Amino acid sequence: MAHMNLVQALNSAMDIMLERDPRVVVLGEDVGYFGGVFRCTDGLQRKYGEQRVLDTPIAEGGIVAAAIGMGVNGLKPVAEIQFADYIYPAFDQVVSELARLRYRTAGEFSAPVTIRTPCGGGIRGGQTHSQSPEGIFTHVCGIKVVMPSNPYDAKGLLISSIEDEDPVVFFEPKRLYNGPFDGDPHKPAVPWSTHPKGAVPDGYYKVSLSKAEIVRPGKDVTILAYGTMVHVAQAAVRLAKVDAEIIDVRALAPLDTDTLCTSVCKTGRCVIVHEATRYSGFGAELAATVQEECFWHLEAPITRVTGWDTPYPHAFEWEYFPGPARIAAALTRVMEEK
Amino acid sequence: MAQRSRLHVPRPPARPGEKPDFSYVKTSPAGAVPRPDTKVPAREVESLGRELVRVLDDDGRAVGPWNPHLEPEELQVALRHMLLTRLLDDRMQRMQRQGRISFYMKSTGEEAVSVAMAMALQPGDMLFPSYRNQGLFIVRGLSIVDLMCQCLSNTRDMCRGRQMPIMYHWGAGNIFSISCNLATQFPQAVGWAMAAAIKGEDRIAAAWIGEGASAEADFHHGMTFASVYQAPVILNIVNNQWAISTFQGFAGGELRTFAEYGPGYGIPGVRVDGNDFLAVYGATRWAAERARQSGGPTLIEHVTYRAGAHSTSDDPSRYRPKEEWAAWPLGDPIARLKQHLIGLGEWSDERHAALEKQLEAHVIACWKEAAGFGTLTEGPTLDPATMFEDVFHEMPPHLVRQREELKNLALSQPAKGSEEEKSLDSRAAAVAKEG
Repeated sequence: MAHMNLVQALNSAMDIMLERDPRVVVLGEDVGYFGGVFRCTDGLQRKYGEQRVLDTPIAEGGIVAAAIGMGVNGLKPVAEIQFADYIYPAFDQVVSELARLRYRTAGEFSAPVTIRTPCGGGIRGGQTHSQSPEGIFTHVCGIKVVMPSNPYDAKGLLISSIEDEDPVVFFEPKRLYNGPFDGDPHKPAVPWSTHPKGAVPDGYYKVSLSKAEIVRPGKDVTILAYGTMVHVAQAAVRLAKVDAEIIDVRALAPLDTDTLCTSVCKTGRCVIVHEATRYSGFGAELAATVQEECFWHLEAPITRVTGWDTPYPHAFEWEYFPGPARIAAALTRVMEEK
Repeated sequence: MAQRSRLHVPRPPARPGEKPDFSYVKTSPAGAVPRPDTKVPAREVESLGRELVRVLDDDGRAVGPWNPHLEPEELQVALRHMLLTRLLDDRMQRMQRQGRISFYMKSTGEEAVSVAMAMALQPGDMLFPSYRNQGLFIVRGLSIVDLMCQCLSNTRDMCRGRQMPIMYHWGAGNIFSISCNLATQFPQAVGWAMAAAIKGEDRIAAAWIGEGASAEADFHHGMTFASVYQAPVILNIVNNQWAISTFQGFAGGELRTFAEYGPGYGIPGVRVDGNDFLAVYGATRWAAERARQSGGPTLIEHVTYRAGAHSTSDDPSRYRPKEEWAAWPLGDPIARLKQHLIGLGEWSDERHAALEKQLEAHVIACWKEAAGFGTLTEGPTLDPATMFEDVFHEMPPHLVRQREELKNLALSQPAKGSEEEKSLDSRAAAVAKEG
C-alpha cells in the first residue's frame, strides 16, 4: 500500500493496464513525452514507447475518432481530453458514433474507448477551464459516465473503465488532483496522504462502475454528491451539525438507484449537490429518480445546491462555487420541514 | 473612392432550363498523366492533384501507365458487379416509390468508384463507406438479400431495425458501419489504420466521403492524423458534383480541385476519372502499394457525376438541368467498360443484354426472398423489446425495467384484429368524426 495523490493513482492505473494488456494505448495532447499538463501520464511513454503512448495533434474530434477506429481494430484506447471544457469539438464523435456503434450494428462493431478528462473549478480557470459537463454526457445512451472523488476510487474506476466493453467518459475533478478540498480556498492545502482514501494499493484492483458508496452514514438527511462536492458536503455537515448520510454517487450512468433510494427512504430527506449548473443538470435526474422511488417517504422537498446558471466567472469563483455555507443552509432548511 | 469587399456566393454553371455546362471540369487525355514510382515522396507528385488520371480513351481502349492490365475475366466480373449495383438501385428506388421501404439512395453513375476500389484492395483491408458505396458490399460478396433486408428493417435485418435503409455494415466482410453523420468515418478509418500500424499488420484502411462532406471538420481531422502518423489509409473524396442542391463550388471546388487538399497536408492527392473503372483500379493499386510499404496515406478525388437524386426524398429537377447527366463529359462507367470489353473481343451487346436480363431476374428473386422475412406492412416483424439490446454490452437495470414496461404495455393492449380492438377503432373513428 502506498500513499498516492489522485494524479499518481490515475498514472498507476494506466501503467498497470499498459503492462497487463498489450491492446491498451494512451493518446492525447501532451500526454507522451511531456507526460500530460497535469502529469497524469508522466513516464508512461518512456516505459511503453511512443507507439503505445501517443502525443496527438490538437484536435479533440480527431482524438476521439482515431480512438474509435483503434477500438474497432482491437485496441483499448485511453484518450485524454486535456480539459472537459475542450471536449465539445469531439461531441459528435462521442454522441453519434462512440455511444451508438454497438447499437447501430446490432453488436457487430464496438469501440471500448475510455475518455479521461479533467473537470470542475476552483483553480482560477474561468469559464474555459472550470466546467462540469457531466450532465451533457449522462443524457447520451450508450456511454458510461463516472467521476471519482479520491485516489483509491480513481485508480480502481479507471482500471474498470479500461477493461469495460463499453465506452466510458471518465471525469477527473482537477481540484482534487493534489488533495481533498473541503470548499474553503483560504485554508492551507491538505495532501492526500492525510486522507484514508489516499492509501492506494500498488497493484491491480477494480472499483465497480455501477456502485455508489456511502461515505458517511447518517439518519437525518441524505446528501447525494460526487467529485469535489463529496468533500465539500462533509464540511457542510460539520457546519450544519446534522447527522447526514453522504453518498458518493461515483457512477453517474448507469446509476446505482438502489443505494441512493434506500438511503433517502431511510432518512426521508434529500439534498443534491453538484458543481455544474443547475438547469437540466444531472441533479435534476437524481431528484426525479428520488421522487419516483421515495415519494411516500419524503418529509421535505428535495433540494439542489449547484453552481449558478451562469458561466463560471473568473473573478467570482468562490461566489459561484457551491461551498459549505450554501450546502449547510440547505441542510438546515430541509431539517426545518416537519 | 473607398474600396469595398464583396461577398462571393458560388453559382453552378447551369440551373433548370439552362444548358448544362461542364467546361469547369478540367480533363487530361487518357494515358497522358505519368505514373510516379510508389516510393516517391508526396512533394514530388503534387501535379497528380491537378491533372486527371485516365486509362480508357474515347474509343474504349486502355492506354497509358495507370492501366492495371487486368484479365478479361476480371473485367467481366467488374461489369457484372457494376450492373448488379445499378439494377439493385433501380429496383429499390421502385420499391420505395411503392411504399415498400421508407427511403433509398442510389449510386447510379458512380458504380466504378466502389467496384474498382473493392476489387483492387485485399479482402482483409478495412472499408469505411459513405452511403453511396453499395458496390463495396456487392464486390465483397454480401448477398443483396441482406442489403434488402436491412432496407426493410425486417427479421433478417443486420441492424435489427435500428437504422434507416442503406446504413449497412458487414463485420465478417471487413466493411464498417455507415453513418448518416457526414465524414465521421474519415478520422475513424485513420485510427483503424494507425492501430494496424501499431500492431504491425499489412492490412490497410480505405474511407469514402462526398465532396460536400470535405467541408466537415472530420475530413480535416482525418487528413491531419493520417499525415502526422503516416497511417496506411486511402482517403477518398467522391466528387459527384452535387451535395443535395449545392454544387461542388460550395465545398471550395471553384478554386482548387479536391485532390489538391492532399499536398497541403503533405499527402499525395490523385485526381482520377471516377467513371473509368481501370483508372480507379490503377490509382487504388498505386495508393495501396504506398500504404503497405509504409509510404503513408493517399487522398484520391474521384471525378464523377451523381446521375440520380440525392435520395428518394429529393427532386433534382428543382435545382439542376435535367440534361446534365447526358452532357457529363466523363460518360457512364458501365457503358465505358462495356465498350472496352467489346473492343477486346471479350463481350458483345447480346451478352450484355443477356446478363442484364439474368441480373434483373436475380434482383427480383432476391426481393421476393427478402420480403419473406417481413416488410414495413407485412410480417414477420421484429420483437420491439429487442430495442433495449446492444445499448450496452450488458443490459443495465434501468433498461431491464424499461423493457418490462414496454412488454407490459403490449400485454395490456388488445390483440390485432380482436373484437376489443375493432370496438376501439370504431370509437376512435366516431371521435374523429365529431372532432
